Amino acid sequence: MAERGFPQPGRFEGFSALNFALLVALGAVILASMGKVAPSPQQLAEGVPGMASLVGRMLPPNTEPAFLARIGMRILETFQIALVGAAIGIVLSLPIAWCAARGVSPFGRGSFLVKAFVSFLRTVPDLVWALLFVASIGLGAVAGTMTIVVDTIGFCGRFFAEAMEDAEKEPQEALSAIGAGKGSILVGAILPDIMPSLINSSLFALEKAVRSSVVLGLVGAGGIGQELKVAFDLFQYRNASMIILAIFLIVLVMEICTDKLRARIQ
Amino acid sequence: MLDHLTDIRPAEATARDVPEPLIEARGLCKAYSRRAVVLDGVDLRIEAGERVALIGSNGSGKSTLLKCLIGLHPITGGELTCFGEPVGPQASRAQRLRTRRQTGFVFQKHCLVRRRSVLSNVIHGLFGEAGSWRAFCHSLAPEDWRGRAMEALDAVNLADKAMLRADTLSGGQQQRVAVARALVRRPRLLIADEPAASLDPVSGRNVMELFSTLCREHDITLLYTSHDMAHATAYADRVVALKGGRVHFDRPVAKVSRANLHDVFDG
Repeated sequence: MAERGFPQPGRFEGFSALNFALLVALGAVILASMGKVAPSPQQLAEGVPGMASLVGRMLPPNTEPAFLARIGMRILETFQIALVGAAIGIVLSLPIAWCAARGVSPFGRGSFLVKAFVSFLRTVPDLVWALLFVASIGLGAVAGTMTIVVDTIGFCGRFFAEAMEDAEKEPQEALSAIGAGKGSILVGAILPDIMPSLINSSLFALEKAVRSSVVLGLVGAGGIGQELKVAFDLFQYRNASMIILAIFLIVLVMEICTDKLRARIQ
Repeated sequence: MLDHLTDIRPAEATARDVPEPLIEARGLCKAYSRRAVVLDGVDLRIEAGERVALIGSNGSGKSTLLKCLIGLHPITGGELTCFGEPVGPQASRAQRLRTRRQTGFVFQKHCLVRRRSVLSNVIHGLFGEAGSWRAFCHSLAPEDWRGRAMEALDAVNLADKAMLRADTLSGGQQQRVAVARALVRRPRLLIADEPAASLDPVSGRNVMELFSTLCREHDITLLYTSHDMAHATAYADRVVALKGGRVHFDRPVAKVSRANLHDVFDG
């Protein structure tokens, strides 16, 4: 084959010196950071007995009926925070996503401002939003619900907008050709086309809301997290283990339900 | 005193005053950039009730011309009027919408909303009328609109498929749904961009015959593009050929020879 005179391409062709330098620099940053924040083998070895002792104090989980009833009410509240927050967030995300979607937005080029607003909502962590709402509204479930609303808008606003941008263009052009306005094109062509994607993103948002609502109580925004914080603060580790089990159960049930719903949609 | 209502008069009221011709283009130009000139001084005049075939090779500007006629693509030069109103950068949004609302447009790829029912897709043709949010879905549409949509479906022999999802129909049936969607508003002008191109020969012929019959029965002006020489001559009164972005010839079907047609597609 070589006799035909075709030179073989180099093994690293297309991999420039700059790419190599960037890769080396990235590796150096990771190694330097590991030296400062990663656990050393000695620290891990010393931590194991402590962890074993904590697990020992957590077992068996507290199963007193009065405690379980209290946990049950808190789980219900957690689920309500997640459900109501996600539902309001999803509904508000639709018009916001429409305004943010490039090529679909009624604001034309101004859509990037709405997109930037959605990015802002998304980049601030949910615990920070919870702290803000606890400070402004007060302790309790309402602050948690508000946090989930904002968090869901940040999440769904982005995914809904991307789905709208990727919607089939031909039906939109067909409706535009017969004089339909932007709103009509949205409801007539875009929403039906992206409905599976909207439902999928909404289910992910609901799952995310359940997981978030569990920890919001740590900063006083209601739900089961508040009980967990109290249990750890008062060294009631058997209570804490029961709460962790309950959290695991609701997240698991929610994931099974959303997975089944997603499978039905596809 | 009623001047403020000028832009929102219903299409029917405007239609009474429309002077002939229905479409008039003078020196129409369309360029996407300095180098990408698609239409270079097109002159075209179409009277009400005519059936006109627009032919030309790929890239000759046929589809662009059709889209320019209803303002989907803004023209970059010349003059263009449709239903006696300007269509171009100087036209107001209300004028553009009024033009589009008197026009039915059928695309090559039928452009239906796949996940909606056939009936909902036809009712979509009524978007733009008062309370048009109700055209979102057939369940929300007023009784009158549902009746009109069923009439249009009956005209294309698909009334029995009204509740099926659009993407469960064959290509030919989907194209007939697109025709029903274009007709449901009872347009004065029907524009079709290669309506038979994605269909097999029999389905293509059926769709073209449907166009021709419905336009004759309902006195609708028809303008369609085609690569098929038989379609160009069988269903039109007049053939307009585009070549290099200009009108190569414009003559009645009876005066179009096979050599003329070959000349359009050669070189």
